[in-house]
Amino acid sequence: MDTDTALAAGLAKDLDGAFPSLVATHQDRLYSIALRLLGDRRDAEEVAQDALVRAFRAMRGYPRERVAALRLRPWLASIAVNLARNRRRRLDDQRPPGSLEPLVAAGFDVPADGRTTPGPTADRRETRRELAAALLILTPAVRAAIVLRHVDGLSVAETAEALGKPEGTIKAQVHRGLRELRAYIETGPEPQNPPRTTIAAARLMPALEAIR
Amino acid sequence: MTTPILTDDQLIADLRELRTDAPPSVGFGALVEAGLADRYATVASPLGPVFVAWNGRGVSWVAPREDEAMFEQRFTERIGRPIGTADALPDRLERAIARRMAGDRRARIDLDLRGHTQFEVAVWTKALEIPRGEVRPYGWIAAEIGRPRAVRAVGTALAHNPVPLVVPCHRVVRSDGMIGQYSMGGPDAKRRVLLAEGLDTRALEAEAAAGIRFTGSDTTHIVCHPTCRDARRVTPRHRVTFSSLAAARSAGYRPCLHCRPVSLAAA
Repeated sequence: MDTDTALAAGLAKDLDGAFPSLVATHQDRLYSIALRLLGDRRDAEEVAQDALVRAFRAMRGYPRERVAALRLRPWLASIAVNLARNRRRRLDDQRPPGSLEPLVAAGFDVPADGRTTPGPTADRRETRRELAAALLILTPAVRAAIVLRHVDGLSVAETAEALGKPEGTIKAQVHRGLRELRAYIETGPEPQNPPRTTIAAARLMPALEAIR
Repeated sequence: MTTPILTDDQLIADLRELRTDAPPSVGFGALVEAGLADRYATVASPLGPVFVAWNGRGVSWVAPREDEAMFEQRFTERIGRPIGTADALPDRLERAIARRMAGDRRARIDLDLRGHTQFEVAVWTKALEIPRGEVRPYGWIAAEIGRPRAVRAVGTALAHNPVPLVVPCHRVVRSDGMIGQYSMGGPDAKRRVLLAEGLDTRALEAEAAAGIRFTGSDTTHIVCHPTCRDARRVTPRHRVTFSSLAAARSAGYRPCLHCRPVSLAAA
């Protein structure tokens, strides 16, 4: 991407001077990636910030030519994905099963009063919530492929680069992810075709019921 | 009730909408960690509440608490980086500052002194070696950093100390033994900090006014700066005083290896 090439050249020339533009250009997408991988706003904030800081420190240690040659979009995405993966492992050890936290953060605001306004806006919001929750049911590898390819909008090649996998694998994972998301949304969260339902899904169900 | 069939295109369009703006703290936090912006919070000190600013490289600024907008403007003018408030210091830094203020010199506090001259940094680094509750004259710093004639420049550098209290410029006094100036609120503030460190400033100034510059022990024949911990262990019966290092030397005294007294140029 053109702006990224110019940005990488700027970073190679003057890291301190150009880093604020990198932050401005990439903070929202890194946050979105982390949020959709983890489902928790606070975790996502930390991961996004940490990804930017790690990128800065890495570039400080790289020779100029290497910084100038960086493909920033996939490179930054790979840093965020790795940090999110590590954090998820830690959280899985800590969070009690059935916790509402990830769902609430994913958009399932517990309604304060019963009055909801139906209409197109509410529908959109409902779709987003459903989709955000559905993402969390996917296996981590499939979720990462879907989030990078279709939330962040990387190409298949960039997604493959970011995740360190062949393009064929990414295509298959994205395909599978879309199929599972559609099944989830069309049939609702009821485990009518228990999609290789892992512990994660099993944990989600009681919480989801509690909200509905 | 029929469930609408969801096409891939629709699903992909919906996934696109899951992009979300990051809260401002994400980007700013990254700039702070990278040392390209700073945060600040209030810390208790012997001078009352002070603002402490820091970034990923260390503490960058300490100043009396004042109007936030004024402080931020002054910081950005002087340091050239954006700054934002924080509720508190990072835990590790907060603990280190508390320990340092309680006299633990091993408490590690990283400092961000980019943008200052080598000479200034040398002066401030040297001031860090003066133990709590002790003072040294400007000329001592000048001699220790190998610039014995730069006494005035040492005074100027100390006046520009961006991190007072953390770098103890209050422990550097005039070569005639008087307390001298202090950027955090003049001689009175300097006395307050030294008193809080256990130094009897009244006695110090009284002796200075009486012309006493050095003290020694007639049993060891070692001569010290009056506030050196070795000097203060000498019992009154064995304590001798000198108006100059030359006088001490001619009386057969050798300089203390801890406080390394030097003959003082006028300043």
